[in-house]
Amino acid sequence: MTEAAIAPAAAPAPLLTVRNLTKAFPIKGGLLKRQIGSVRAVDGVNFHIEPSETFGLVGESGCGKSTTGRCVLRLIEPSSGELSFEGKDVIALSGDGLRALRRDIQIIFQDPYASLNPRMTIGAIIGEALTIHGLASSRQKYEERIVHLLETVGLQADHMTRYPHEFSGGQRQRIGIARAIAVEPKLIICDEPVSALDVSIQAQVINLLEDLQQKFGIAYLFVAHDLSVVEHISRRVAVMYLGRIVETAPSRQLYSTPKHPYTEALLSAVPIPDPSIKRKRIRLKGEVPSPINPPSGCHFHTRCPIAKDVCSKEVPPLKASDEGHLVACHFR
Amino acid sequence: MGNYLLRRLIVAVPSLLGISLILFVLLALAPGDPFGELASNPNIPPEVREALRIKFGMDDPILVRYVRWLLAMLHGDWGFSFASRVNVDTLILQRIPATLYVVGTAQLLALIVAIPVGVLAARRPYSIFDQIANTFAFIGFSLPTFFTGLLLILIFSVNLGWLPFVYRADIPATGWMWWWENFKQAVMPVTVLGLYQAASYTRYVRSAVLDVIKLDYVTTARSKGLDESKVIVKHVVRNALIPVVTLVALQMPTVFGGAIVTEQIFRIPGIGSLLISAILANDTPVIMAVTFVFACLVVLFNLIADILYGWLDPRISFR
Repeated sequence: MTEAAIAPAAAPAPLLTVRNLTKAFPIKGGLLKRQIGSVRAVDGVNFHIEPSETFGLVGESGCGKSTTGRCVLRLIEPSSGELSFEGKDVIALSGDGLRALRRDIQIIFQDPYASLNPRMTIGAIIGEALTIHGLASSRQKYEERIVHLLETVGLQADHMTRYPHEFSGGQRQRIGIARAIAVEPKLIICDEPVSALDVSIQAQVINLLEDLQQKFGIAYLFVAHDLSVVEHISRRVAVMYLGRIVETAPSRQLYSTPKHPYTEALLSAVPIPDPSIKRKRIRLKGEVPSPINPPSGCHFHTRCPIAKDVCSKEVPPLKASDEGHLVACHFR
Repeated sequence: MGNYLLRRLIVAVPSLLGISLILFVLLALAPGDPFGELASNPNIPPEVREALRIKFGMDDPILVRYVRWLLAMLHGDWGFSFASRVNVDTLILQRIPATLYVVGTAQLLALIVAIPVGVLAARRPYSIFDQIANTFAFIGFSLPTFFTGLLLILIFSVNLGWLPFVYRADIPATGWMWWWENFKQAVMPVTVLGLYQAASYTRYVRSAVLDVIKLDYVTTARSKGLDESKVIVKHVVRNALIPVVTLVALQMPTVFGGAIVTEQIFRIPGIGSLLISAILANDTPVIMAVTFVFACLVVLFNLIADILYGWLDPRISFR
């Protein structure tokens, strides 16, 4: 059963639908540089995002969550699968269509130091997108818009003429956000947007993102490895392991009653801010297997505490267990 | 900025004094002097030789001679070439145009080749184009100019007879023919020097672009919907070329200082060949003047490189 089919009937039409998304990076080797294998960074991923909602994507490093985000914007070309944004086939777009898509979908990066061109002023960084998409009719409107955007993200008008190196990490992330919302996107891919920031600054940026969502109705694909941040901001969360989604559920449900053994183990590692409470840690054995040669059947069976014979033979489908709660496990 | 410039110029004075002192002492300690030839000439009586040595103060202590040279230099007197029997400054001014023309054009050619090739190679690293460019770059800077120069002379002058292999400062033709002859005689030296230089520049440009092209702000530029060509020019190349600019600025002294080997092969009457013949003739005033001017140019272009750096990269401020 596909995920779209079990989405609640009353739900609005999804903004973004991702079906069987796969991205395999070729590995070349040998004398003639022939392809000798591939890394399946994203291996048949399905999910959808509704307008104005936040969809969290969590998983360990290298599980393919960032690649998924970049495939949606076609910054990385997917190997196969379907991507549809507002009913348009994203894979088929090129030229003007792709440019229009990049007005509707924007991205915010993890590293606020690498994501701003050091030789451009803040005004030029934010304004470039306005020029590309013809969103400012005159010089005056252009500047008014930039000032307005800076104020929206909590910066000041006179920051316009400064260069990125004059700002702190948190301020730079705000600049990145101002740049992203400049073109009035419907979806922003947040690729670990707060992982490089201090905890206190993280909260400010998260709150800013939430404010902007309420104000402008932007949907977020929130990619992160910090489970508590994702729980706070997301309405629905998907957990990825080795290129596949193993569980999707409304945020509260996933955190209170996780079904997949991998999700259980992940959640047991989240620290509780109260030293008197002891949580039973589920410790997984071994390392994450290599995505070049992933385990057969369920990718998780090599480390799973409840694995049986069937797990190494059959791939468990992502099936509904409760309303909106999908899990890919033979036993849950 | 004004203060910075002033301070840098003041700091340059002691370093130039130091360089000139070392150069002067080295030349004074080296065996042979401009009058060495007179000693073996039987037509010149020893008294005359002695009188000349005393007249020019050849046997005074080194430091006395250095101070005398320095004071003369400060007065604009660059000395007298014993071998050519003209003033050194006249000699240098005669030689500068040929060097500027040939070496300057070669540098331009190097940049025109290296920047596009380096950028295209880095756009798709390890692609076929990149591998071909890399191979040629390796061949380019592995082959010394005296080899490629002679090879070109053999092919285009000796076998095909298309191009002259002796560079002439005084071309008898006039009008368009003069330009044409000048162009023809510069083709081989410019190609040899330019491609040699282009080979190493290509490697620099490629690695500089590779460093920048994977940064998030480049991806950001693409995600804004910017055309790929604009992404490359505006966001990648402009940032990547900052270190290359420094490299080129520091190469500039050679545009004035000449390319000793290449000028010698093609008999270009430039600064490089002047230096070589001065060394062979023990013509100390010329050696001293040319090397000192070269030192001044190195200091000057270092300063220019630093200023350019600050202008290109807003993260650098002059304090």
